[in-house]
Amino acid sequence: MKTALRFTALLMLVAFLAACARDVREEPTAPEPPPPPPPPVEVDRLDPRDFTDPRNLDNPDSLLNQRNVYFEFDRSNVRAQYMPIVEAHAAFIRANPSARVILEGHTDERGSREYNLGLGERRGTSVRDLMVGAGVPARQLEVVSFGEERPVCRESNEDCWQRNRRTTIVYTAR
Amino acid sequence: MRVFLNERLNSSSASTASAWRGLLTLALLALPLLALPLLAPAQLRIEIVDGVEGAMPIAVVPFAWESEMPQPASGVADIVSANLRRSGLFEPMAQAQMVERPTRPPEVRFGTWRLLRVDHLIIGRVLDAPDGIGQEIEYHLLDVHSGRILLSQALPVAPGDLRFGAHRVSDAIYEALIGIPGAFATRIAYVVVTDIGGPDELFELVVADADGYNPQTVVRNTQPLLSPAWSPDGRRLAYVSFATGRSNVVVQDLFTGQTDIVSSSRGINGAPAWSPDGRRLAVSLSEGGSPDIWVLDLENGRRQQLTHHWSINTEPEWSTDGRRIFFTSDRAGRPQIHVMNADGSNLERVTFEGRFNARPSIGMEDRFLAVIHSDGNNDFRIAIYDRENERLRVLSNGRLDESPSFAPNGSMVLYAARENGRGVLAAVSADGRIRQRLVASEGDVREPAWSPIIR
Repeated sequence: MKTALRFTALLMLVAFLAACARDVREEPTAPEPPPPPPPPVEVDRLDPRDFTDPRNLDNPDSLLNQRNVYFEFDRSNVRAQYMPIVEAHAAFIRANPSARVILEGHTDERGSREYNLGLGERRGTSVRDLMVGAGVPARQLEVVSFGEERPVCRESNEDCWQRNRRTTIVYTAR
Repeated sequence: MRVFLNERLNSSSASTASAWRGLLTLALLALPLLALPLLAPAQLRIEIVDGVEGAMPIAVVPFAWESEMPQPASGVADIVSANLRRSGLFEPMAQAQMVERPTRPPEVRFGTWRLLRVDHLIIGRVLDAPDGIGQEIEYHLLDVHSGRILLSQALPVAPGDLRFGAHRVSDAIYEALIGIPGAFATRIAYVVVTDIGGPDELFELVVADADGYNPQTVVRNTQPLLSPAWSPDGRRLAYVSFATGRSNVVVQDLFTGQTDIVSSSRGINGAPAWSPDGRRLAVSLSEGGSPDIWVLDLENGRRQQLTHHWSINTEPEWSTDGRRIFFTSDRAGRPQIHVMNADGSNLERVTFEGRFNARPSIGMEDRFLAVIHSDGNNDFRIAIYDRENERLRVLSNGRLDESPSFAPNGSMVLYAARENGRGVLAAVSADGRIRQRLVASEGDVREPAWSPIIR
């Protein structure tokens, strides 16, 4: 009995020493525990062509970040190069029923102010009609013409005039 | 009112009778404007660019001051002289050259004035009114060559209203010598924009005397103001305000300051024009999808749509008799002046010359239409279309001239121009010979509207 106890104690000591020796030996080479995989939502990268995503309204790489459609002198038809901008916003407004938009129509300084109010409204209405044609409910859109009263550029030359002849898409609610 | 002598001008007593009523109106008109709790805006300074060769030499002798009231810095003679000079039709003599200073007809030695080579002489006195309220301007217009008195009047002036009294004297002299009423005792409305494009951009609608003095702000806003229009009695202004973020037509009473939004329908509410009876307002509204001419009855609120067309129809202007309305329409492809009956019937095109004719202002009993005209290059200029001989004459020489407004006597057209990138006002006589610039010390000045003759 006494011998058995001694044997057990010896075994425990050996086991203890072995454990200690393993710990000392293994610690420096043990690999870092792998970090837990991030949840899938966090890795979602912003697709600038996802025109339903509100974050693209402020994303410089997205068409949704462009808010101006420019026009030729005394014209109000939307030119082909601006159609993608109009379509992108139409897709967004359609997908976001809470979105509300004012389509501000603007002109350059030439001609009479009141006629330019009419011309600015035509430009806003052209954009609105395209959006409605793309399925946007008209109640989400309002056209407000400022004519020549709110220029973004104030010199009397064609560069400035071109920048002022515009419909600006203004979100009052997203 | 006392009329002293009236040798040649038989119409004088009739016109002086109406002057009484006019002065009462003016006295009332001045008070609420002065009472507006707003800072006075910068004053316009009027410069003559071109005058007439052979303008009439005239001498306005300093008036005797025989009133107990303190004498103002600018005397009646100074104001009358400046008015006559500004008209471009007169060459007033400098006061330093006046070797004699008569103030009553018996003191005049015509030989002296013949030697000084003036055709006409104006003398007078400022007295306290017989009833003790206000003053009286007694003045005489004399023909130096015949030695006759052409006009003598004693004009009552409300307290503090001496400047406007001097304008009335100028009007009477102008009418006696030129044959049409003067337009000195009138006002002009205009819009001044300060800190343009900056964070403190401010639009102010201002009313001033026709010589630029006494500017008073009627309304100020951070949003655009445009298209001021005078009611026929000169008491109210209609204008377009974007104060709500959208265009509205507003009517403001200059006596009481009362402001009413008279049109705020969906879309454009613009281009107000008063009917000659002052009861209706023609406007341009786009609630039907494109701008059309409507008439609002200001007394019962009823509205009538006059045009029904997909084009832009705007800038209505009533004929003198109120039976027709001129307006701008691009129904033929580009903006041109059209006219229709006041019920919308009998619509016809008026202008055909040039690619752009817009914003009509009538003058001389509908004979003339002042318009913005462009012949297809980039320049927009003021032109007068003569309806009698169907001819259009370009009067201004800027590149972006706009907003023509006839003086109520048809003598001049006031308009907006750009000079070194800045908005200024200019005026040109209906025959193109006389030119003025109206310059403010600061800000962009635009959208002028000349008041009716205030009676």
